[in-house]
Amino acid sequence: MAVETKLPYEKSYIEEFSNKRNEPQWMKELRLQALEQANSLEMPKPDKTNISKWDFSSFKHDFAQGEKLSSLTDLPTEIKDLFDKDNLPENLLIQRNQSVAYSAISKELQDKGVIFTDIFTAMNEHEDLVKRYFMKDGVSVDEHRLTALHAALMNGGIFVYVPKNVQVEVPLQVVFWQEDPEAALFNHVLVVADENSSLTYVENYISHNPDEKTVANIVAEVIAQDNAKISFGAVDNLSAGTTSYVNRRGVAYRDATIDWALGQMNDGNTVFENITHLVGDNSLSNAKAVTVGRGKQTSNMTAKIVHFGKNSEGYILQHGVMKDSASNVFNGIGKIEHGASKSNAEQESRVLMLSEKARGDANPILLIDEDDVTAGHAASVGRVDPLQLYYLMSRGITQHEAERLVIHGFLAPVVNQLPIESVKKQLTQVIERKVN
Amino acid sequence: MAGSTLEIKDLHVEIEGKEILKGVNLTIKGGEFHAVMGPNGTGKSTLASAIMGHPKYEVTQGQILLDGEDVLEMEVDERARAGLFLAMQYPSEISGVTTSDFLRSSINARREEGDEIPLMKFIKEMDEALDYLEIDKNMAQRYLNEGFSGGEKKRNEILQLMLLKPEIAILDEIDSGLDIDALKVVSKGINKLRDENFGCLIITHYQRLLNYITPDHVHVMMQGRVVKSGGPELAQRLEAEGYDWIKEELGIEDETVEQNA
Ligand SMILES: Nc1ncnc2c1ncn2[C@@H]1O[C@H](COP(=O)(O)OP(=O)(O)OP(=O)(O)O)[C@@H](O)[C@H]1O
Ligand SMILES: [Mg+2]
Repeated sequence: MAVETKLPYEKSYIEEFSNKRNEPQWMKELRLQALEQANSLEMPKPDKTNISKWDFSSFKHDFAQGEKLSSLTDLPTEIKDLFDKDNLPENLLIQRNQSVAYSAISKELQDKGVIFTDIFTAMNEHEDLVKRYFMKDGVSVDEHRLTALHAALMNGGIFVYVPKNVQVEVPLQVVFWQEDPEAALFNHVLVVADENSSLTYVENYISHNPDEKTVANIVAEVIAQDNAKISFGAVDNLSAGTTSYVNRRGVAYRDATIDWALGQMNDGNTVFENITHLVGDNSLSNAKAVTVGRGKQTSNMTAKIVHFGKNSEGYILQHGVMKDSASNVFNGIGKIEHGASKSNAEQESRVLMLSEKARGDANPILLIDEDDVTAGHAASVGRVDPLQLYYLMSRGITQHEAERLVIHGFLAPVVNQLPIESVKKQLTQVIERKVN
Repeated sequence: MAGSTLEIKDLHVEIEGKEILKGVNLTIKGGEFHAVMGPNGTGKSTLASAIMGHPKYEVTQGQILLDGEDVLEMEVDERARAGLFLAMQYPSEISGVTTSDFLRSSINARREEGDEIPLMKFIKEMDEALDYLEIDKNMAQRYLNEGFSGGEKKRNEILQLMLLKPEIAILDEIDSGLDIDALKVVSKGINKLRDENFGCLIITHYQRLLNYITPDHVHVMMQGRVVKSGGPELAQRLEAEGYDWIKEELGIEDETVEQNA
């Protein structure tokens, strides 16, 4: 099926949608302009994967209400599993479909001025901040058709703000639970750490639509002001029926750090893009991602770090396991702009294929416009080594268990870096489920 | 009867269509230590690999029996659980899997589901074995064999041997690459297992190891067969005189498996 060139959504629909959300005028205008742009912009073209036949147009766009949760005990097990039962997160927000079903933030953080709320509330209650950052420093509306569509149709999301000099020791966790199997998710995550602040943020996407077709168009903008430190973890677990575009963008100013630990565990076709701009001198980013592909799923994962600041450091590490007839392309891009002297760009991408029909590709790219830098890359694509299995089995371990060990071992360098124990455990469980 | 018995009868093995073993006969009983010696490329590792079930080696003729059970019908993991162990000449490196996790999985593979070894008991046993083999405790948390020195890999094989306590162990050049102190430590570990229930086949090139672990029987392999067997004195004579006298005695010119006798 070819992608329709004209959207089924009219200006009036967007206006009404925005009015119902009580959005400020600037937001409505931004949406309307984005809608116009979406009609003329091209689709993104991820390297080495042709997405022209992907179904980005079958979905129901709405503001699907989700029932409120009075306590976390009402949740289905797979969502309960996201938390440590004996140690429930103090700072947790659950977005069920498009509305907030549960939210908690500690008194301490509130007193310190930390903002942790849904994007629509934030737009009104913290208008200046949201307006300052929404699709400004990070992702631009007009990058391509999907970013423009995202802005026009945004129907969910979260805003996190940590004021200057505030250290948030306890993680902030958000669960985006897409309960309605057909409702599209145009979700926007905006995380801002002001100067000298720090936080750990973790998000989970989850849906249950193995057959019903829908779309997720997710943009996360993560801004670390001077000397701020953000640790961003995510486990994406959307069902096979969802075609996903996931764009996570970081901007690190002077002496700032953004660390990513991303688990791409979707079962549907996914374009997954994680770009960090190291704008300030001495800025740093570790971009780690894992994926497990199964069934007929195709995914394209780009990790890119762009160095503008002097002495900036970017490390990309991505590992993926492909089974059945799944296929995945890892694009790793380290880009050092002119003037970013003494910078270091390193990357490593590895794919392990478990079956004959599985496909993997690792595509390392270094683009360097400055002499006084260091850079390096490593990439590999291969099948499970039968001698490794033989060695493990020679100690009595069954073949199935041996494969499990090898797969977990292959993903361990990334999984072990996840910032929160419970999320690490959760990712391990999702991996377990996907490889079994 | 004490211990298990491993019988190898008229074993023929091919690799990639080339016949390497050409009729090996050998019986190892619980309580016995056998040494297998022989020049390079005569089929010693092939014998060890065929017993364990290496995926590249194809048995074309003959039998391997463990207490009368047909080993060739078993998968690699079943052979291990039946009581066989092979310390490999070149152990694989498994990235991301800690030595400790691997050891625990191996121990639990021998136990019923629901009867897994308690974590504290496992740690205690592992620590004792690490101490006994003078291995740095950090090694348990390192990824299995990854970046291990040659000697560390060998010690790690013996660590596994001590914790898994098989009925019959085959040690393929466990002494190669070991310094004198390490050789003593590894020998100490092997000797600790020595009792009437434990049988062992030691593949080595050097009398040095056999000074520490005295074998009951010594066999010499050439051309993919056991061509001579004897007691510990056979190994001593090989150390002193080399293999030429055997070749002369048997009329062998080329001892490798290339030659059809
Ligand atoms: N993959 C292979 N393809 C072809 N020939 C092989 C292969 N693997 C082993 N061989 C051959 O089989 C023969 C026996 O090898 P094996 O490893 O059993 O010798 P060995 O007695 O253990 O020697 P060493 O003392 O050097 O360890 C050698 O000639 C070797 O080249
Ligand atoms: Mg050998």
